Order: sequence, then structure tokens, then C-alpha cells
Amino acid sequence: MIYFDNVSKLYNDGRSAALQEVTFQVDPKEFVSIVGHSGAGKTTLLKMIIAEDKPSHGQVFFESLDIHQIPRGKLPRYRRKIGTVFQDFKLLPNKTAYENIAFAMEANGRTDEEILENVPQALALVDLDDKAWNFPNELSGGEKQRVAIARAIVNQPDIIVADEPTGNLDPIATYEVVQILRKINDLGTTVIMTTHNKGVIDELGRRVITMDEGRVVRDDANGKYIL
Amino acid sequence: MLTGIKRVARAGFIGFWRNAYVSLASVFVICVALFVIGSTMFIDQLLTVSLKNLQAKVDINVYFVPNAQQTEIDAIRNAVAALPDVSSVTYTSREEALAIYRDRNKNDEIAMQALAELDDNPLGANLAIQANQTSQYESIARYLEEKRDQASAQNPVIDDVNYNQNREAIDTLTKIIATVEQASLVVMLVLILAAIMITFNTIRLAIYTAREEISIMRLVGASNMFIRGPFMLQGAMYGIIAGIIALLIFYPAMVWLGPHTESFFEFNLYNYFISNFTYIFGILLGSGIVLGLISSILAVARYLRT
Repeated sequence: MIYFDNVSKLYNDGRSAALQEVTFQVDPKEFVSIVGHSGAGKTTLLKMIIAEDKPSHGQVFFESLDIHQIPRGKLPRYRRKIGTVFQDFKLLPNKTAYENIAFAMEANGRTDEEILENVPQALALVDLDDKAWNFPNELSGGEKQRVAIARAIVNQPDIIVADEPTGNLDPIATYEVVQILRKINDLGTTVIMTTHNKGVIDELGRRVITMDEGRVVRDDANGKYIL
Repeated sequence: MLTGIKRVARAGFIGFWRNAYVSLASVFVICVALFVIGSTMFIDQLLTVSLKNLQAKVDINVYFVPNAQQTEIDAIRNAVAALPDVSSVTYTSREEALAIYRDRNKNDEIAMQALAELDDNPLGANLAIQANQTSQYESIARYLEEKRDQASAQNPVIDDVNYNQNREAIDTLTKIIATVEQASLVVMLVLILAAIMITFNTIRLAIYTAREEISIMRLVGASNMFIRGPFMLQGAMYGIIAGIIALLIFYPAMVWLGPHTESFFEFNLYNYFISNFTYIFGILLGSGIVLGLISSILAVARYLRT
């Protein structure tokens, strides 16, 4: 589903590299965690998938599509196939939880009927029915992240990309978020997640890709957090 | 398509309302810009009218000798009126000239006595000639002087052409008018440009605060038009509201200024404001909308480029 083919990313100075000759594949319905120290290249990797960053060498494919050959005008359409979740939530501050989720559907050109039906479902999935009309600054960190996840899944994307989704959360909220991601994966959506959290990795018991200095150093099908 | 427009409109209105302070600041700045544009319009109008009034006071007078034949006077009068540079010719007959003289000197006993001593009316007929532009007086004067010189010495028709006496005043006035028109044009252009720059920068700052939002919208796959639309609508709304506020400020200002301009410039600004209300309303509202809209489009474009 996602295929990195010998991807390198050099910084502007041309010497230091964020990624070096990275090659791996993610199959449909997999739950892949990417671990590594800060600066190991995890976030750069995810940015390549959502076409926020370009490789210096190599190619990244989404199914048979070379992501970095997509014309700029078609990028919004491509991004709608991917749900994104970030450490800092990235919610629209002037919109309520409900509106944040609805916005992703509006941007996708969904009908009002679909929005009326699907947004409450997404809110129910992350257990936030009662906070639908709160603004982000009225929500806790864990609640904000659950809104972000609801927004990411509401368009039924093929894949969820989560960059340190538990990085700012306390242990209980972390547990809840991981449970939700696992549930989404069980329902058939591919999940790619970066994390620092050993507990999360060990609890999940899924595939783990370990990165160090821009290279893939381990790739275990039933991984543990080893650094 | 219709759903898209509806959503953009709703997002625009909600954005306007929820960012009330930013909206208020933008409206205020556009209002100031419109005030500059409106004042420029009014000042320009005042200048034009007062210059026209001044120009109307400049003329060349042709004095005929008292015993000139009426046919000869009429010939010159018609010839002058036919000149392309001449806008109007006013004929004053000998009798009228005398009546004006009597009226003007009715308290001057010596003048009245002197007049009574004379058997005949000592005054000749005269023409007051106005040109379309002050710069054209010279050629008209030259034409009249040629006419005078053509007539035979024994039988003169034109006694005097007073251009040479007025020449300096007319030349100075011509220069002042030209300079004032140019200078006011430059000052107005600079003011309007400054107003536009300030508006543009304020809206750019307003949208700068929304750059994070724009990047989030891009991440969830919103198309550029879908992101830009609400900001464009907000920009247009700033313009409409600012235009209405500017008019509401101009109205009492005009009521107050009207009599003052009437006495000073012989032109009532309030009457001008009322009789050209639709035009002024259109200019202010139109400039406001264009200012807000273009500023928004340019400011958002920055964050949509990459």
C-alpha cells in the first residue's frame, strides 16, 4: 500500500541527511509503529507520505501512485485519502469539535446528509458525544487528540498517519488513544504511527520499524521497543 | 457547487463573527482608507469648482470707440464668437455702459456733474470675452489687436483691448491653476496609495494569525478555493461595512461643511453630496470591497503557494 524505494532526504547544506536509503513497505490493514530517537527521521518519513516533504533521491508510492509526481492542484484530492493525527492536535481553534470534524467532510465535498450522519458517529467512536459543541480550548489534551482522530477517520481514509499522537498526553489518555487507533485498525484501516512510548509499543505487539540517524535499523513483525 | 458556495459563505460569516477583534481592526483601517479616498474626491471637486469660478472671473474686454458703426461692432462680435477658443461673448451697448457707469458712481457728485456737462454719451460699447482656458487669452488678444490695426487710422472701431493690462494677472493665474491641479493630483495619489498599503498590511497581519489554520485545512485535503473563499468573503464584508460607516461619518461632516464651503468656495458640498449620493456610495462601497477582497486574496495566496 505504501512503498518507500531507496529514499534519501538531504538538507539544504547537501551533507547532513534526514533519511538515508530507506526502503520498506506497508501492506493494507497493517498497524506499523516507527520508533527512534529524536532526529532519527520519523517525522520526515510521515511528511513524505502526506506530500508535505519531498525526497532528494528515491520514490514513495501510494499503491501504484508516485506521491511526489502528483501535480499541486491534485494534492488536496490525494490528501483526502489519508487521515492525519499530530502530537499538537492541529485542530482549528475557531471551530467546535463538531465543526472541526465536519470541516474535513465539507472539504471532501460530502453532502450535508452525510455530514449529519457521520460526524456524530465519529464522535461516538472516540467517546466524545457530549463535547461536540466545545471549542478546542475547552477540551483536555486527550479529548483534543480524540477529536483529531475522529476528524482523521470521518472520511473513511485508506490509511491513518499519526505523528507522536500520544506525545503530549498523560498515561490514561495515551491508553485511550492507542485503544481507539487499535479499534480503527481492527475495522480495516491501515495505521502508521511514530512514537517514543515504550509502553505503547509493548502493549500493541504489532510491527515495529526502528530508525536511527535516518536509516531503518530494525524491522520486526512482532516488535518490542529496543533502542 | 451550490453546497460549496453555501459552505464558504457560512464559514466566512462565522469567521467574521468569531474573530471579531481582527474584523473590527480591518474594518477600521479600510474605513480610514475610504475616508481618504472620499475626502480626496470632495477636495478635488472643491478645487475644480473654485478654479472654474476663478476662471469665469477672467476675461478680455474690447472697448469700441463711441462713434463706431453698429454694423462694424456686430461684425467683430460675430467674428470673435466664432473663434473656437472663445466660450462666451457678452455685449454691452453704449446705453447700457452709461447706465452701469451712472449706477456705479451715483454717490460721486463730481463724476455725475461731469457727465451732465457733456451733450453726448462719452462711453463706447464693449465686449467681454471669455475663453475656454486661461492659456487661450493671449491668442484671442492677438487676434483682436490685429483687427484694431487693420482698421484705417481715420476711422477706428476698436478703442482698446485690455488684455495687456490684465496680462500679468492672467498669466499668474494660469500658472497657479496648472500647479495646483498637478500638485493636488500627486498628493491625492500618494495619500490613496498609502491608504491602500496600510489596508493591505493590516489584512495581511490578520490573515497571518490564521496561517496555522490554513496549513491545517490543507492537511485535511481542503482545496485552495475552499480555503480562500471564506477569507475573500470576509474581506468583502470588511469593505461593505467600512463603506457604510464612512458614509455615516461623511453625512454629518457634509451637513456641517456645506454652509462653510458655500460662503468660501461658492459651492455647497452638502448639496453635491446629496445630489451625487448614489455615485459617492458606489465609489466608497466599491473601493472598500475591492480593497478588502484583493488584500485577502494576496494575503492568503502566500500560505497556499507551497
